[in-house]
Amino acid sequence: MRRAARLTGIAFAIAIAWTMVARGGTQTPAPQGAPTLPSKPSAPPAEPGVRVEVPPPPFSDGIFPCTTCHNNDMPANRARRTLTDMHTDIVLKHDAEHRWCLDCHDADNRDQLHLASGDPVPFDESYRLCGQCHGEKYRDWRAGVHGRRVGQWNGAKRYLLCVHCHSPHQPRFKPMAPQAAPHPPMRPK
Amino acid sequence: MAHDHTHKADMTRREFASVAAAAAAGFLLTACGPRRLREIPRDRLRKAIADWEREYSERYGKSVTVSDAGPMPGVLFAYALDLSRCNGSRRCVDACVAENNQSRDPEVKWIRVLSMNKDKGIDFSDADPYYSPAEVPEPGRFYVPTACQHCRNAPCTKVCPTGATWTEKDGIVVIDYDWCIGCRCCMAACPYGARHFNWVAPKVPSEQINPAMHYLGNRPRPRGVVEKCTWCIQRTRAGRYPACAEACPTGARKFGNMLDPDSEIRYILENKRVLLLKEELNTMPKFFYFYGT
Amino acid sequence: MPTVRLFGSFLVESARAALRGGRMYWTWIAVLLLLIASGAAAYTGQITVGLGVTAMRDQVSWGFYIGNFTFLVGVAAAAIVLVIPAYVYDWGPIREIVIFGELLAISAITMCLLFVTVDVGRPDRLWHMMPPFGHLNFPRSILAWDMVVLNLYFAINFVVVVHILFRAFTGRHYAPRLVVPLVLVSIPMAVGIHTVTAFLYNGLAARPYWNSSILAPQFLASAFCSGPAILLFVLQLLRRMTSFKIRDEAIWKIAELMAYAMFVNLFLHGAEAFKEYYSSTEHLLYTRYWFQGIGAHRTLVPYAWSAVSLNVLALVLFIVPRTRMNWVTLNIGCLATYAGCYIEKGMGLIIPGLTPDTLGEIYEYYPTLTEVRVAAGVFAVGFLVFTFLLKVAVPIVLGQLSAPALDRRRASHLHA
Repeated sequence: MRRAARLTGIAFAIAIAWTMVARGGTQTPAPQGAPTLPSKPSAPPAEPGVRVEVPPPPFSDGIFPCTTCHNNDMPANRARRTLTDMHTDIVLKHDAEHRWCLDCHDADNRDQLHLASGDPVPFDESYRLCGQCHGEKYRDWRAGVHGRRVGQWNGAKRYLLCVHCHSPHQPRFKPMAPQAAPHPPMRPK
Repeated sequence: MAHDHTHKADMTRREFASVAAAAAAGFLLTACGPRRLREIPRDRLRKAIADWEREYSERYGKSVTVSDAGPMPGVLFAYALDLSRCNGSRRCVDACVAENNQSRDPEVKWIRVLSMNKDKGIDFSDADPYYSPAEVPEPGRFYVPTACQHCRNAPCTKVCPTGATWTEKDGIVVIDYDWCIGCRCCMAACPYGARHFNWVAPKVPSEQINPAMHYLGNRPRPRGVVEKCTWCIQRTRAGRYPACAEACPTGARKFGNMLDPDSEIRYILENKRVLLLKEELNTMPKFFYFYGT
Repeated sequence: MPTVRLFGSFLVESARAALRGGRMYWTWIAVLLLLIASGAAAYTGQITVGLGVTAMRDQVSWGFYIGNFTFLVGVAAAAIVLVIPAYVYDWGPIREIVIFGELLAISAITMCLLFVTVDVGRPDRLWHMMPPFGHLNFPRSILAWDMVVLNLYFAINFVVVVHILFRAFTGRHYAPRLVVPLVLVSIPMAVGIHTVTAFLYNGLAARPYWNSSILAPQFLASAFCSGPAILLFVLQLLRRMTSFKIRDEAIWKIAELMAYAMFVNLFLHGAEAFKEYYSSTEHLLYTRYWFQGIGAHRTLVPYAWSAVSLNVLALVLFIVPRTRMNWVTLNIGCLATYAGCYIEKGMGLIIPGLTPDTLGEIYEYYPTLTEVRVAAGVFAVGFLVFTFLLKVAVPIVLGQLSAPALDRRRASHLHA
């Protein structure tokens, strides 16, 4: 009787121990079917000179192409002034002390912008224009560290233009209404 | 006590029967009993996942999928947050709640945005998570969102008595919701207030359930267990950004693979000044705060 | 075989002894059963709705239950205040009563395990901690250590007590070869259980109020004064209600040892307070919340100063021989010790450790009625266990309860 009880206990313990060892207890299962890393895991920071794919610029309705109005029928007036006939909704708060419209907009072809050197820049590459003065931000933006990005951390990502978040005429980020605060902890009723 | 010699054969047979029964019981209980998700064999995991998909689809009336994606080799996730860009909008908080099926009533929010005083810098004794101005950012304040830091030297995984929480190979600290006994040692151990307890049964309306789930991530949790940010394991193991990173309107949140020299994370670590919260505690978070400007 | 039958008779006779009593006894049992029923009812509410019926929230995730657990581990460890004089120094007056310390340890550990059970979110999953079907995160998790040492200490005390009582029941002396090593092991184990419980808090870097080396020695000091306080009450009650002879010297010696323990307790608290106030780092916040409150948050301040006053009062009453040996002041001192240590170990340890929380938020916790009812129920279970154990142990040790046909046994098993 005593021997039976002892043998039973030992057998139970051995069975448990064997099963624990046999099932390979503490190993993390090998990730079968886990997605493999693509050979180029993440898009490298876009090198200077490489064009960055972006969504279309956020034009106001009907404003583009500018040459609809600004064509040979309307000669360019290069005098620095505050506009009174049109575009009065645009208030420049972007180094207004030193800059005005035609420092960025191309007087000869309003469907594009221009760099300080006079080189034309299309609207969907306006980051090159911003980058002239905002060099560090431009570098960070190319690396993906400045500004919002969506997509894959290990694959295709979508860049946005600077102007998608910063109005080129009043670039300071506008304050926004915050989402609701969390509920503070409350005792039960 | 001497055994009667004539009964020896009977006792041996009885002994054998009880020994065999014990062996069978031991084997069955150990092999077929409930297991931790950390060590569950692949085939049993698949079966569990099929059961969950069926159960959740029925419960919520949607076609639920539960991913069993394991960690990718060569990946160690890290997160970076630009303190000069966070404006306290809390878009990340709500995106996280929606993506990860957090309880709406009572409210569970994995991300907590702390409003701090610019004059004092990062000072938790002066932090306010309940700010409600008409507009953010408020003058003189800056914002520090906190959630699980996925520490490399995590105090929470150290103290768990049942081993229900552990760090996966890709660096995500996960919880097995079916193994957690709710002792809350991990909550006492976490220096960042990152862990949240289901004090009552969590409630998520069916129409708001996100049906794309992961078995260690955003599947519905039961009452009485701990939960926390999993870096959107259901998204990140499929290569996508976490919901908070995509929701941030100012682009303050960056995520990627620390081991990839071309990642945004490595760029930030190499070119920006990063800081860790409560660094003196040596938890070695993989959540880096930096000042982009 | 005869041993099994004898043991069965021991159990049956013990049960009979526990159910024998006068009006006062049954009134006491009735009160305890009432408290247990109330606790069970309250716990049912907690089990169905969840821990949300308590006042604990994410910000203060441990509260009344864990505070009581910590205090009671100390009470269980206090058995060594009797065991050391009895077995190491072989001092007669305490040698005679050491079993009561062990009975108290058993009752206290029962309550500790019950408090852990009522505090966890999933009591149906407690087996997840037990190998081989569960997984015990040993040796990294201190709670895993705590479970191991608490159950081991319980087992040691249980085996020793049952052995001694069973042997006494059958008219034999206990086997020194079994009891003495177990009892001697129980001494470091008693220190061990409370040290491990202290380490549970001590090891958490996230909670600066707890993350202090002084915690383990301070726990032991406060345990060695609060545990024996209960014993002193019980010993005086036993003297009144039974024919058990307990010498005055035993009680006074225990009170004297409690005085030294209380001195160390106050000294360690003082050392901690000095470090916090003088260095005046950010960590001072928690101590300040306890003693002074922060802004409008002052819930704990009256408790803090009550605990200090009660402890100082107890120290004075026990250290001065005249008040120690006066029964009125002795009992006042016991009450003061128990209350002071209970406040300081319960509210004074858990809440300031978690308030303000890790992100600086202050949520003022105090227990709900449900928590108080459940805790009272658990205490009642412990007292019930202790009552039954005493009801059995005292007659057996006095020789009033013994095996039938004892003389026949004695004749055939001389010096077995």
